Order: sequence, then C-alpha cells, then structure tokens
Amino acid sequence: MNRKIATILLLASATGLAACSKKAPETLPPVAGPTSSPTTPTTPTTPSGPSVGTQAHFEQAVGSSTTIYFDTDRYNVDSQDAAALQAQAQYFARFPQLTFTIEGHADERGTREYNIALGEKRANSAKAYLVSLGVDGNRIAVVSYGKERPVALGSDEGSWAQNRRAASVLIN
Amino acid sequence: MTKKLILLLSAALLASPLAAQDLGAPIGTDQPVEKTQVEGADDDDGPLRGTVTDESAWSDIGIAIPAFATDANKPTPANEAGTAALGREISRVITANLRNNGLFKPVGPDSLPQPGFPQITAPAYDTWSGRGAEMLVQGYVRARDDGRLVVGCYLYDVALKNQLVREGWVVAPGDWRRAAHKCSDLIFSRLTGESPFFDSRIAYIAETGPKDRRVKRLAVMDSDGANHRFLTLGSATALTPRYSPDYSKILYLSYVDGNPRIYVYDIGSGKQTLVTENRNPTIAPRWSPDGRSILFSMAVGGNTDIYRIAATGGTAVKLTDSPGIDVGGSYSPDGTKIVFESDRSGTQQCYIMDADGRNQKRISFFGGRCATPEWSPRGDQIAFTRIAGDFNVAVMNTSGGGMRALTNGWQDEAPTWAPNGRIIQFFRTEKNSGRSGIWQVDLTGQNERRLPTPVDASDPAWGPIRP
Repeated sequence: MNRKIATILLLASATGLAACSKKAPETLPPVAGPTSSPTTPTTPTTPSGPSVGTQAHFEQAVGSSTTIYFDTDRYNVDSQDAAALQAQAQYFARFPQLTFTIEGHADERGTREYNIALGEKRANSAKAYLVSLGVDGNRIAVVSYGKERPVALGSDEGSWAQNRRAASVLIN
Repeated sequence: MTKKLILLLSAALLASPLAAQDLGAPIGTDQPVEKTQVEGADDDDGPLRGTVTDESAWSDIGIAIPAFATDANKPTPANEAGTAALGREISRVITANLRNNGLFKPVGPDSLPQPGFPQITAPAYDTWSGRGAEMLVQGYVRARDDGRLVVGCYLYDVALKNQLVREGWVVAPGDWRRAAHKCSDLIFSRLTGESPFFDSRIAYIAETGPKDRRVKRLAVMDSDGANHRFLTLGSATALTPRYSPDYSKILYLSYVDGNPRIYVYDIGSGKQTLVTENRNPTIAPRWSPDGRSILFSMAVGGNTDIYRIAATGGTAVKLTDSPGIDVGGSYSPDGTKIVFESDRSGTQQCYIMDADGRNQKRISFFGGRCATPEWSPRGDQIAFTRIAGDFNVAVMNTSGGGMRALTNGWQDEAPTWAPNGRIIQFFRTEKNSGRSGIWQVDLTGQNERRLPTPVDASDPAWGPIRP
C-alpha cells in the first residue's frame, strides 16, 4: 500500500522533473543558481563568467539588447528595436535549448487596464519579430505587467521612456 | 529512510502548484439588516417632557445630532461600555457621514447636550430652536434579550416642531455601524430627495512598498473607511476589484499564477476560480447590473477584445473585434448597453454598444482621451478618466455631451459611482513618489476629500446599497 503510494508519487515527481529538465537539459553544465533537481549536487565547475542558461550569460552576450523600448502608446518595432531583436535572435539560435519570457511594460502615464493590454501588445510584437527571424514561437512566453513594474522611478519623460519596454528574460 | 526522503521530496514537488495562492482567511458574507417598528410621538403614549442634561456651547448651525439614548445601559458584545456609549458612537458616525458628503454642516454629540430616553420621541424643541438647530436627529439603542440591538432613528424639523421620518433596525452587535449608516441614509434621503448610499462597501487595492516593488493586496471597507479587511496576503499583485451586486463575490485581477488573470473570489468561502479556463491573459472585469453576466477583456496574440461570460461559467462570447485595444466596459443600469474604451481611432476614446456587441459607436469627441468609463447607477451620466495632459475624473452624458471635469490632480484615475449616482470615488497618484490614495468628489466638483485608509490605496469599486 505504502509502496504503491510511493510509486505513484515517484511517477508524479518524475513527470515534474521531466517537465523541469526541458528547461535545463543535461547537455548543459550545472547552473550556479537553484537547480531543478534537489538530488543533483551543485558543484560549480566553470568559474569564469556566467554559464549558459542564466540571464547574466544572455546579458553578457547581447548587452543592452535584452530590452527594446517604445514610443508613447506605440507598440511597433522600430529600426533600433529590430537591431536589438536580431542580436537576441542570434543568441537564441546559438542556444536552441533555451526558453524565455518577453515581459511587456508601459509607463505610469496611462490607465491601469489599458496599460496591461498595451504591455501585452508590445511583448507580442517583439515576439512576432523574433519568430519572423526564425526563433520558434513555442520557446517564447509573453507576460504584461502594464505600469506595475517600473525600472526608472521618476515622473519625467526620461524615466517614462525607460519604462516603455519589452524585456526578454530567460526561463530557468 | 530513502523511501521516506523520496516521499517527502515528491510531496514537496506535488505541493508546489497548490502553494501558488495568495488568499487570506475568508471574512464571511453580509447579514441582512432587519427593519423594525419604533415608537413615535404620534403613538398613544403621549409626549414626555424633560430637560437636556448638558449645557456646553456649540455653534448654531444646521443639523443637531446629539448622542443616541438608551433605555437601560447594558454591555454588548460590540462594546463593554454598553449601549449608552454605543449611542454616542452611532451619533458620531452619522455626524461624520453627513459632514463628509459636503451638503450639511451637522453638529455632533461631543458639543451637544444629551437627551434622555423619554425625549427621543418627544424632543425639547424649544431647547434646540434656542440653539439655532433647524433639524434634529435623535435616536436610541436598546439591547434585546436575544443579544441583538434595536436602533431607532428620528428626524425632526425643529421650526415646525414635527417629526419628518423615523425608522428602526435590528442588528447584530457587530453590525452597529450599519445601523448608523442606515440612519444616515434615512436622513440624507429625506432631506435631499436622493437615493441612499452610506450603507455600502468598497473593494479596493491596498498598496505598500517602494514604487518599483509595490505590494498590492485586495481589501474591502465600509463606505466611510471603517471595517477594513485585507483579503489577499500580498505575495501576488492584485488589481482592479469589483463587488458583485449582491456582495457575495469579488471579481479581481491577480498575478498569482504569474500572468494577469481575472478570478471570481467567493466572499463566504474565501475560495476563488478563474473567470474562464484559458491560457490567455484576462483583465478589466465588470459585473452586469443583475450579477448574471461578467464582462472582461482578453488578449489573444496581443490583441485585446471585450468578452461576456455567464457568472456561472460556460463559453465566453466575443463582443468587440477591432485590431486595437478594446478594454473595460460598463453596463447601463438597465443592462441593455455597454460603454467601453478603445484605441481603434488611434487614441483611447469612449464608445457605446448594445449589450450583444452591435452598433458600436464612438461618443467622446471633446479633445483629449477618454478612458475607464463607468455608467452611473442613475443611467444619465458616464464618469471616465479624461487624459488631456494631466489625468482627471470627468463626467459626460450618454451621448458624449455636457463633458465636465470634476477634479484637477496630476493623475486622477478610474472613477466609480456611489450607489445613488451623486458621488464618485477615484484614486489619485502622486507625481514621482507614486503614492496613491482614494478620493471622492460630488457631481458639483466642489466637495472633494480623501478617504482614510490604513495604507496607500487605489482601484476603488463602490458596491450597491447592502441587503
């Protein structure tokens, strides 16, 4: 009886682990952060620089191109955004095992619900552009935070410009 | 040992999806307040005469609201000091209610003589007219043997020396404030001819923390800010609540699963369900006036449209189909029309459509943008956020005419109507700090005030008169 339950639980947890392992396959060196499997010992083997699969590695590779910026109330990808997204697409082509989320944001000078819809539209237009560059859409999750998560805290044009953004964040 | 460990680990893994919730303890549903007959001067008992007990000075204006009397001072579960002290508290609540809505200048129990119990039905008119009171509100609190309280409420015209109205309610001791609100509503309605609104509740979002890591919790309170409760714990961002017309449920947005989604929170059980089983983000929830339907907006592939679903679930019906952002939506009181916002013309503007989505027509043409429209419970006005440089709360008629801005803050947003359509609440955000508070303003735009909340506050949603 007990063993039966244990088996069921094991099976269930194995499914859980399998689902997790999609995000961190064995081909990768162990990541420095919290691992998906508690039974795997965490022994950092590559001390030089962030490892593949971390946001730090992504940022090191593409620089400020992890994030694209939008004009007020706009969601179109302009030439500057296109260059950034091309850098992202190259990175994700090099590491086809990686999945990521595009977080859409708006500045505080909009109403709350509209801003969530606008952030959604911005994240989706970044996603569409990456898909047009050959990134598999199934690797890209999208979430909008509207005006809820500003990075620049002032109430001025400069701050708002930094907050109207779509940021790509690795899932790990 | 190993097996045990595996079991523990498995259990932990299995538990994690269930752990993704942010709900506090349920607060229970509203108990209806029972009306009761109360004795009056026109009863056979005959008027009783006496003198007032306290001669302290007060200014000679408007409505006098002395402390409610009691037949016999008894402690209650609501307060150990007893029914006499409770009577004074009830008068204070009524005084604050009438003062805060801006139409009256009431004088409360702390600067008035206190009438005795026999005088409640037989006011000492000469005493009050000698003090310049035009109106007199008196009442009493009586503890019943079954543990409940009877609260009587009387309004007298001092000059004419007659009773204008009286009513009584039986309430659980913990609901004594509701009796004070019922009495406020009775007086307000009798003197203004307007519908009542004090005995109502407000759902809103309580905010704490720095601007870039704001903690946002679902919270509720009475119309005067009392009886405040948090409903969520704050680990997930909660936004834009809406009370169901019968106060049994709250629709709100939560990021509890990582994505913006609308949940139906059941107040009695403290449990919640998704408004629609779907992987798409859902935002901007609204009830139909009869509580049978829910409007919400859903983004599919980045494009947001407005949908309707039965409150009991089922298939969602798509009401708008523009490539722009269609969001919000608020029913007319008769449920036949919906006002909503859309940026299909290039900027946010307000539109009206039939409840089935037909005949979509823009109504805002006054310059600036029109956002978060909400139809007045009276049906004749629409309140909205006007964006023209700054953000202000404004009203217009249902054809988009007669636009009037009522506020002039830097960012005043998301108006919600009082049940009687006379007062509007909204939230005001401060420049730079991002701090927020709930404010209210009446339709004249003259009487504006901030509501007391324990922490910063946004997204108010005013419910109807309580059952």
